[in-house]
Amino acid sequence: MKVSLNWIKDYVDVNVDVKKLADIMTYTGTKAEGFEILPEKISNIVVGTILSTEKHPDADRLTVCKIDVGADAPVQIITAATNVFAGAVVPVCLDGAILHDGTKIKKGKLRGLPSEGMLCSIEELGLTKNDFPYAPDDGILIIKEECYNGQDIRDALNMRDETIDFELTFNRPDCLGFIGIAREVAASIGSPLKLKAPQYKVSPEAGKIADYISVDVRNTKLCPRYTAAVVTDVKIEPSPLWMRARLKAAGVRPINNIVDITNYVMLEYGQPMHAFDYNYITSKQIVVRNAAEGEKITTLDGNEHVLTDKMLCIADGEKPVALAGVMGGLNSEILDSTVTVVFESANFDRSSIRHTSRDCALRTESSGKFEKGLPVCNTLPALERALELVCMLGCGKVAEGIIDICNADIGERRIPFNPQRVNALLGIDLSREEMAEMLLPLEMRVEGDELVVPPFRGDMERTADIAEEIARLYGFDKIPSTLFKGEVSVGGYSVSQKFIADLKAAAVSHGFYEIATYSFISPKAYDRIGMAADDERRNSIKLINPLGEDTSVMRTTALPSMLDVVAYNRNRKAEEIGLFECATVYFPTEDGMSREEKEFVVAMDGKGDFYDLKGYVEAFLDAVNVKAYRLESAAETGFHPGICAKITKGSKVLAVLGQVHPAVAAEYGLSKGTYIAVLYVNALLETADGSKQFKKLPAFPALTRDLALVMDDAIEAGAVAEMIKKSGGKALESIRVFDVYKGAGVPDGKKSVAFSLAFRLPDKTMNDADADKAVANILKRLEAEAGIILRS
Amino acid sequence: MRKQLEEILNKAVAEVDSAADEASLKAAQVAYLGKKGALTAILRGMGGLSAEERPVIGALANDVRAQIEAAVEKKLAAVKAAELEARLAKEKVDVTLPAKSKKGGRLHPLSQVEKELSDIFVGMGFTIAEGPEVELAYNNFDALNAPADHPSRDFQDTFYISPEVLLRTQTSPVQIRAMQGKQPPIRIISPGRVYRCDEVDGTHSPMFHQLEGLVVGKDISLGDLKGTLEQFAKLYFGENTKTRFRPHNFPFTEPSAEVDVSCFVCGGKGCRLCKGEGWIEILGAGMVHPHVLENCGIDPEVYSGFAFGVGLERVVMIKYGIDDMRHLYENDLRFLSQF
Repeated sequence: MKVSLNWIKDYVDVNVDVKKLADIMTYTGTKAEGFEILPEKISNIVVGTILSTEKHPDADRLTVCKIDVGADAPVQIITAATNVFAGAVVPVCLDGAILHDGTKIKKGKLRGLPSEGMLCSIEELGLTKNDFPYAPDDGILIIKEECYNGQDIRDALNMRDETIDFELTFNRPDCLGFIGIAREVAASIGSPLKLKAPQYKVSPEAGKIADYISVDVRNTKLCPRYTAAVVTDVKIEPSPLWMRARLKAAGVRPINNIVDITNYVMLEYGQPMHAFDYNYITSKQIVVRNAAEGEKITTLDGNEHVLTDKMLCIADGEKPVALAGVMGGLNSEILDSTVTVVFESANFDRSSIRHTSRDCALRTESSGKFEKGLPVCNTLPALERALELVCMLGCGKVAEGIIDICNADIGERRIPFNPQRVNALLGIDLSREEMAEMLLPLEMRVEGDELVVPPFRGDMERTADIAEEIARLYGFDKIPSTLFKGEVSVGGYSVSQKFIADLKAAAVSHGFYEIATYSFISPKAYDRIGMAADDERRNSIKLINPLGEDTSVMRTTALPSMLDVVAYNRNRKAEEIGLFECATVYFPTEDGMSREEKEFVVAMDGKGDFYDLKGYVEAFLDAVNVKAYRLESAAETGFHPGICAKITKGSKVLAVLGQVHPAVAAEYGLSKGTYIAVLYVNALLETADGSKQFKKLPAFPALTRDLALVMDDAIEAGAVAEMIKKSGGKALESIRVFDVYKGAGVPDGKKSVAFSLAFRLPDKTMNDADADKAVANILKRLEAEAGIILRS
Repeated sequence: MRKQLEEILNKAVAEVDSAADEASLKAAQVAYLGKKGALTAILRGMGGLSAEERPVIGALANDVRAQIEAAVEKKLAAVKAAELEARLAKEKVDVTLPAKSKKGGRLHPLSQVEKELSDIFVGMGFTIAEGPEVELAYNNFDALNAPADHPSRDFQDTFYISPEVLLRTQTSPVQIRAMQGKQPPIRIISPGRVYRCDEVDGTHSPMFHQLEGLVVGKDISLGDLKGTLEQFAKLYFGENTKTRFRPHNFPFTEPSAEVDVSCFVCGGKGCRLCKGEGWIEILGAGMVHPHVLENCGIDPEVYSGFAFGVGLERVVMIKYGIDDMRHLYENDLRFLSQF
């Protein structure tokens, strides 16, 4: 909220400069986002009176003016403007002057005659016709204000001000008006708040309010308070310069005196007001009621809204004349012809205003304020202030009486005051008196064990709230920093947190880069990875209000996210792609919540083949002590049917790995062979063997035997290894495949697989005869079971 | 004979010295000391010497042999050293040629920062608490003292699964779960993913990461909060880091503060990173609101606590000078490999 410092100074003497004030306010809890000194650029522009005008001898369209700018001699300025005349008071840009837009004006010659500067228009001063309604549409501003020749234009046109942009917090709707800010300024800089009750004069000839209008509040929950006053004999005209200047500084466009008064009061008190043209209120009646379903209103901006019965409207005897707290109706707008005005200053339920404003897609300054929950106590003073301004501006006569229908508690409140507890919460040691003194400028008094809180501070409820006020006024910087005591606690990571960290470290050490992808995906992603229509993983948690389809369901597999990233990098010409993500996946549960599990997804593209991937996966499993698992070929969603394996232990699936199905890869624009492994973290965690036991180093050498075995093509090496293991005897220590051969010397439909077997005994050296015996046994078994024979 | 021996010695030494390589050296050695060598021949002729002369000449001959052998040995070492030098000179490689790539991978910068921050708090005695991302609206809002009509509850701000279930908008519900489960003392941090209805742009993402901390116990004060975060700031941003607390408002803490740290690039003088202010806003913090404690069955008259939170994206972006948040989720390898 942009706050005019001139305005604040009506209410409190400010003895520091704007920058310092901004800092002080930030530290006492009203955060200054920035400040401005107005006008920003204008300089060396002064008031001048035109003494004479003459036509330029060599140019029909130029006029030569002699101007008194308060200097010893008049200056000569040549202008193309047509509205200048002797006696006119004008803004004169002297040599070196800077306009609103930063343009620098220099003296020069026009058609042979010297011109010592320029006369300027309101636009060149950064003003509009709203600021100076009497300015011509096109031409030089002829000044009508009290001023003198040579006076700085910024003073003559009341353009000087300083503003601070404050960020207000949710708990302080009382600061939505400048008086609230002034109160904070007063408490922050230790200067008293000069607040007086508005004074206005009732005009007996204007009659009594009851002669004009009655108010019926039918929904006191949505409208806890409604106040109204009537002003007659209104003369609509521009408001005076000082008021226009202040509105401008606060970022509000001046319109006319009545509208400006409502805006002025809203800025000052934070209380939105509305002015109705009484002529258009039928049946002398204002009814605050819920709209009828389907009822319509055209608001001031010319848009028609169809209302629902949840929306509160201000109606006359027949029809809505305003969308309560949001915007007035076009039917009762203040026009130049308006003679009698009804001022409304009311309080509306914030959530009702918020919903109405949202449902009508109509956000206004007023609705923005009501949404924050305005103090009910402000409605009446605001109305009285409006009447005071009417009297000050002399723009109407105030009828006797004010209607005030109040269904809310607007008195002071009492809350317990416990200085010891405040001290303990903050870690300070202030006396009760010191605290009382700090709270006084906020209009809070200590009485016994209670703090009396003003009605506009609805946020003050208990000790913590008092502690906050003390902390910010005492100064956070003065509170001594301490380290909390209490029993020693041992921090640390849990087993699963460490497990995941180990898994990630293994992937990183093998050259994989971690990625981070969104947890929500498009439901179409399941189609893209070729998931079966009846796959239960399609049952994913859906967002009611997603940003778009692409982020509308919580993923049950992180495969699509990974494929997206592989494709993204492939499209950017990455050559060696190695990625991983420890991704959360989400499965709906019966109670409407989710079961969240972690998938460790690894992808390679241009970083090797299936056996490289298998090697990495084995290395990762080894890193987290997952051992004695089983690996077998498998058919899994998204994978090449012939290049896919599953790792299991007992009944648990630990991982799936393989080449991405070429059709799925093509769907993602991948063609070079993408390999992915999905490791199921929970299953790994449950099967990991964290205990590490030392095994004695072998005391005797091993004996190796290499066997080239010819077998049917379809037989998997793993199965053969299993057979060898079963028949190799106790001394068989390890089995390693080191070659696979097909071609000359091996019959069609067969392959030769070379195994290297190592035999070792724990208590003596293995001898050749024992090894030969073991090999013979193995070969016998292989031939008998699978027709596998030694290659000749 | 004496003269002969001296001649042999002189000749042999000269020949050894002039040998250019190991082979000619060996040849010289054989020529003088070998079975058919000159010195051997002399020794064979010693039979014709008198009994008095024989030991004298014998000793002399042995001396000559020793001298020749020493000369050979010395020369051999020199020749070997020269040969090695010559060979190594030939083996010289161009060290500026490219390395055989041995790429290590990297953790995502978000993970790195999460780990760095977590490590610091773990060192300060915190444990890491986790909670679901699909969370009860009650835990995400009501228990945290967010008013029933708070705008953050709107469809415009929060992703809903059902009226009662949502994607958590902050990691604070983990605090609620921690407090519901256990009486103080509590000392946890909770890093994790959170979600808000923000369209993707340079500074927004519908999903981002937070790390929050919570300490609840007896006599926990705002001074303790200050001390803890000051210590954290020094550990993370450097020993000379200053911290400042600005009063603020959050529904779940009272009093609340926004916390700035002195700019770690310029040290507070003002630079581009801190936009000339010398300070960088980094944390939100405050004393746990008594309503929140009560909502979790903890008596605010007996216990008090503080909480703080930091946006990991913000820390990552500030730390590495990243100007667009989208980089963090695009996962471009050229980006990921920089950290």
